[in-house]
Amino acid sequence: MLLAEAWQFVVDHPQRFADALGTHVALSAAALALAIAIAVPAGIALAGTRRAAQLAIAAANVGRTVPSLAVLALVMPVLGTGFAPALFALTLLALPPILINTYTAVREVDPDVVDAARGVGMSAAEIVRKVELPLALPVVFAGIRTAAVQVISGAVLAAYIGGGGLGDFITTGIAMMALPQLVVGAVPATLLAIGTDRLFGALQHVLTPRPLRLP
Amino acid sequence: MAARHWCAVNWFLRNWDQVAIALWEHVVISATSLAIAFALSLAIGIWAARHERVYRLALAASGILYTIPTLAFLALLIPLVGLGRTNAIVCMVAFSLMILIRNVAAGLRGVAPEAIEAATGMGMSAGEILRKVELPLALPVIVAGLRIATVTVISVAVVAAYVNAGGLGTLIFAGISNDHAPKIWSGALTACALAIVADAALARLELAAKRRAE
Repeated sequence: MLLAEAWQFVVDHPQRFADALGTHVALSAAALALAIAIAVPAGIALAGTRRAAQLAIAAANVGRTVPSLAVLALVMPVLGTGFAPALFALTLLALPPILINTYTAVREVDPDVVDAARGVGMSAAEIVRKVELPLALPVVFAGIRTAAVQVISGAVLAAYIGGGGLGDFITTGIAMMALPQLVVGAVPATLLAIGTDRLFGALQHVLTPRPLRLP
Repeated sequence: MAARHWCAVNWFLRNWDQVAIALWEHVVISATSLAIAFALSLAIGIWAARHERVYRLALAASGILYTIPTLAFLALLIPLVGLGRTNAIVCMVAFSLMILIRNVAAGLRGVAPEAIEAATGMGMSAGEILRKVELPLALPVIVAGLRIATVTVISVAVVAAYVNAGGLGTLIFAGISNDHAPKIWSGALTACALAIVADAALARLELAAKRRAE
């Protein structure tokens, strides 16, 4: 009944729904891409240091505990409302899991394995490409997967600071107690989050070298 | 800019009682949710640690709950339980189940079989082994789960103010709708502080549990 009414709402306002979904995906994808572009190189660079790494990882761990809505809310008085402030806040949210996982992945490549690769005559470039990267990639990707789901959830909250997206339907739905509208925002957002988690899970499986795959 | 920051501090100092009430509400709904979730997860986790199929099913189901965006979850509960604290608590319990069940089961599965054999040899019953051997040895992993769940629940509780559950989110939403930055700062920074303090406190508890288990 409620679902039928929600469906009717989408049929009646196809453009509004498409726009909201488009904004949601664009906002999430852009934030994730920016976070990957920053956190992966930073994580690799940090793996070679000691002091800087301790500081950055401690900061990332604190960053991980900070509530998503608090980050979005804190950005608003400084940067204002709209797509760009929302993008900035969501990028901040996505950084810690990717940074921590990249750092850990690079650090934990077994030195014996690298030695063995050198022993069979691989060049430094080959070792990076054929040994270190394949071993580190699944862990890095696990961080990206966590961040992706977090960003899609965070993007629902972005409606509060004028970021648009599916959260708009939820906030107006709650404000007017219009249940069908609320479902129009909530169900696609849920499916988007679960779908992304599944998709990234499958990619993570493909990226894992065969002998290391879980059954 | 400096004047604006000063304004926020000033507001906080003049309205600290309002912030304190919001903080107290936040702690109460978070603690209630955690207590319910922990009791459920302990039962399900113990069961799951002994049966592979239960383990997989419990993790798959609670994993889906964990993936649902917070605001969407709260919204979808409105047709079922309406607005208010019940809505928030159901959502927060659902969110923490995956982490808690996973860690309870993982902790119990990690207990060395020799420890259980030794206890059996001493003539302990299954219930005694669980209480006196398995749970104490699994405690560090269980507390680690509790720590992550606590931080998650505090974060969800901020959003729950939108469905009239009270707590620190109330200040944030009031600040956003009145364009009143000092309220936003007070609510958001207090929420961050609560999460960081809770995380640090449970990290110490985790360490203590680890020492005792060794």
